[in-house]
Amino acid sequence: MKLTVGAICGPAGSKANRTGAWRTFRPILKSDFCTGCGLCATFCPDSCVFPEGEVFCIDYTYCKGCGICAEECPSEAIEMVVEEK
Amino acid sequence: MKSSERDAQWAVMEGSMAVARAVALCRPRVISAYPITPQTHIVEYLAQMVADGELTAEFLRVDSEFSAASVVYGASAAGVRAYTASSSQGLLLMTEVLYNMAGTRLPVVISAANRTLSAPISIQPDQQDTISLRDSGIIQLYVENSQEAHDTHIQSFRIAEDPEILLPVMVCMDGWLITHTYEPVRVASQEAVDAFLPPYRPVYSLDPACPLTYGSFTDDDKLMEFRYMVHQAQGRAKGKIEEAALAFEKFFGRTHGGLVDPYWAEDGEVLLLAMGTMVGTIKEAIDQLRKEGQRVGLIKIRSYRPFPDERIRELTRGAKAIAVLDNNISLGAYGALACDVALCLANQANKPVILPCIVGLGGREITIDSIHSIVKRAHQAAEGRRSPMEPFWVDLHPELL
Repeated sequence: MKLTVGAICGPAGSKANRTGAWRTFRPILKSDFCTGCGLCATFCPDSCVFPEGEVFCIDYTYCKGCGICAEECPSEAIEMVVEEK
Repeated sequence: MKSSERDAQWAVMEGSMAVARAVALCRPRVISAYPITPQTHIVEYLAQMVADGELTAEFLRVDSEFSAASVVYGASAAGVRAYTASSSQGLLLMTEVLYNMAGTRLPVVISAANRTLSAPISIQPDQQDTISLRDSGIIQLYVENSQEAHDTHIQSFRIAEDPEILLPVMVCMDGWLITHTYEPVRVASQEAVDAFLPPYRPVYSLDPACPLTYGSFTDDDKLMEFRYMVHQAQGRAKGKIEEAALAFEKFFGRTHGGLVDPYWAEDGEVLLLAMGTMVGTIKEAIDQLRKEGQRVGLIKIRSYRPFPDERIRELTRGAKAIAVLDNNISLGAYGALACDVALCLANQANKPVILPCIVGLGGREITIDSIHSIVKRAHQAAEGRRSPMEPFWVDLHPELL
């Protein structure tokens, strides 16, 4: 990859930045509790939560572990656990 | 170009008008500014030209210098030629945007009417304000008089917009001494400027049909490379500044130097290094000293960033002492120019003694006598009769302390 002048780049260029490496807390979705309401996906600031079948999945490549999904979930179906690497 | 076609007018005018006329001739499409003494007249003249229909441009009055810089940042990103001006505290308020402008490689031209910084508050000139922006990636050119201010603005757009450079250029001129002084100025003709300065063709421009990210996020794996790219562009700008000066001379028949402008430097035993309006006074003092047989010379620094290190090494080869006149101070150390000159000569064999001098802070007048006192000290330092390690605070009033 060659760098562009002034770091000016086309749409979706930020996909190159794998921000999941920043995470200190990992959201774990407990599917037994999930009602499929979708509030987690609505509130995720990085669009890292997406529906898959009846439940939701989290894209750990980009999820920074901010915990907003866990905070918003009305069923307490998302648990934030310490990331251990 | 025939001499009759180069200039539209030769008249006595205020320095601010000489600058405003030059900027208008470069056909900027967006101008934004917030008034601050002593920059105000420049943008007032431009606002008048826009209001009178003499200049087709958007003139945006904003609530602060931060906004003014942000407006021209946006305009330049949208692909048009943009211009702003400020002084002192106003330049400091622009600082965050100016670093971004250089990093995003937007070729805005900025006039800086040099004025000291608070506190204590003062509206008098010194170069502390622009020197504090030296690390931003912006190209900084310092001018000696109104004619050079006029001509350098025209050159600046050409340097800034060169696809190999793409950096903002700041034209630094001592407040009052240039902005409010009336001098005869040759104003370039529109035809000649149009021939010298082609229309701006941006490499990138914001367009809803083709979205782009400006100032995108960069992590530790790439940030250093982006800094290096700006540093490389600064390096290339050395050649482009020289080229622009030569091309300007070809078009308009006058020059003020490229990166530097030496005056009696070739055989100078004592050389003075300086930038800004004090250069005129130094030339006068050198004329006097040369008549007495003293081998004194001057290197006028025109381009401070990029720093003309190779030219300084060439020109100081035969000198015994160099007095560096700093119209600023990095408090707790030395003047900024002295630090740069010292490092640039550090690895030279038989290098001259360097005498760091702090001059003219807050508008203290730099007189011919001031220059004579510096030259005297430089001779003493060259002969080993005085340690040059402590900066010489020229014309300081110790009785007030």
